[in-house]
Amino acid sequence: MGPQAKGVEMRYSGFRVITQGLFGNTGWKPAWRNPAPKAEYDAIVIGGGGHGLATAYYLARNHGLTNIAVLEKGYLGSGNIGRNTTIVRANYFLPGNSEFYSHSLKLWEGLEADLNYNVMHSQRGVLNLFHSDGQRDFFARRGNAMINQGDDAELLDREGVRRMVPYLDFEQTRFPIYGGLLHRRGGTARHDAVAWGYARGADQRGVDLIQNCEVTGIDLQNGKVTGVQTTRGAIRAKKVGIVVAGRSSQVAAMAGLRLPIESHILQAFVTEGLKPVIDQVVTFGMGHFYISQSDKGGLVFGGDLDFYASYAARGNLPMVEHVMEAGMTLMPMIGRAKLLRSWGGIMDMSPDGSPVIDRTPVDGLYIDCGWNYGGFKAVPASGWCMAHLMATDTPHEVARRFRLDRFATGHVLDEEGTGSQHNLH
Amino acid sequence: MRLTCPLCGPRDLREFYYYGADTWLRRPAADAPPESWDDYLHLRDNPAGETRDLWYHEAGCAQWLAVTRDTITHAVHQVDLVAAPKGGVK
Repeated sequence: MGPQAKGVEMRYSGFRVITQGLFGNTGWKPAWRNPAPKAEYDAIVIGGGGHGLATAYYLARNHGLTNIAVLEKGYLGSGNIGRNTTIVRANYFLPGNSEFYSHSLKLWEGLEADLNYNVMHSQRGVLNLFHSDGQRDFFARRGNAMINQGDDAELLDREGVRRMVPYLDFEQTRFPIYGGLLHRRGGTARHDAVAWGYARGADQRGVDLIQNCEVTGIDLQNGKVTGVQTTRGAIRAKKVGIVVAGRSSQVAAMAGLRLPIESHILQAFVTEGLKPVIDQVVTFGMGHFYISQSDKGGLVFGGDLDFYASYAARGNLPMVEHVMEAGMTLMPMIGRAKLLRSWGGIMDMSPDGSPVIDRTPVDGLYIDCGWNYGGFKAVPASGWCMAHLMATDTPHEVARRFRLDRFATGHVLDEEGTGSQHNLH
Repeated sequence: MRLTCPLCGPRDLREFYYYGADTWLRRPAADAPPESWDDYLHLRDNPAGETRDLWYHEAGCAQWLAVTRDTITHAVHQVDLVAAPKGGVK
């Protein structure tokens, strides 16, 4: 095998921005190469979204595996990583989830320095509102679980919430606001930049990022993976990772696997750009509504699933109306904001609301899926743990409970306690 | 997307409660092996294309419906009653 292809090298800095500005910005180079696929790699990651690119990056960075390829059927970051509500948080309750998201938040906090890329990570705080005594008790318990995990949580009473977000309608008849659980280290990040930062980091370490390359088959021999068939020819590899979110069932079926996944639609919305008005992420669980404001000024908000299985990447109007109603109930001040656009992502819903990062019954075939509608914040740790799994063949400590067989054995991680119905998580 | 209920006619989506794939109709026997129950409760074909799933006409006739539809286009092909009508109703 010949020498490794070297990725595009260019270190970003404030100094470079200034000097480039002085000379007409003519010196910027593409952030990654656009290579043709080789006949064979040591490992292949199917899926060039956030999780797939992060997996490739950490395979190279943490495990020294650089003869690897990411195969993406469209363009990099063209799926849910480019269309989401960008919330980063570590406020989980169950052992198994708690340590994983805690690990992810720590990776977020060092991500920009590690990638030399501005992902606009902003720890502006996540405020979960509660509306009854029972909900307050549960939020106190969840906050304690977060603190026990080593993360932060503060229980605010109504006046505490009022000081932070005085514009909410505190006296609404249906769900009066009793207080909130504040997670100060939570916040948002620029979603596309996360994909681009990981892509650039992986490329610089020699990873081939191959776009417009759809996997059409997985080659097996005696129960082992030998490679994949693609629209750009056959590629051999002894290790293949499936990291394809909403399309997990289709790709896994190429290896004869049937997954505990049902793909659902989740809509989200953006308004026109407004002056800064919402300083943190506010969630209104009782109304199935959450909102933040992007750095461009648009209000970014969403609600619940449309609730029926779908690959349409667009939702129906009843949920649009429901989300708008919930927003108006919580913060009537946004009523005059004009909605700019909406979109629908394909969510890989699992039967317990928690993900899978595990080996499959096929030797050399690994899967990272089941992110429900919480995949964005998980990108760093998911890539970290999937890379660990693919490189060492053992689960990473913080992802050891994300087993594919946990449904059969009863070791489910049902954070919301809603049972094995895919659309209820 | 609207569903044409065999009893009530074309109705707004908000009248229905969605349950999931029609796998739910094929409940294993009580003494079936654990693998059958895992399959029934958790594993799904999850097709991109034609599917058959269960909807409950909650705000209408309170019947369970088996809907054949396309998950990519949201086109609805057929809506059947899960339970056969009793008596002379057709």
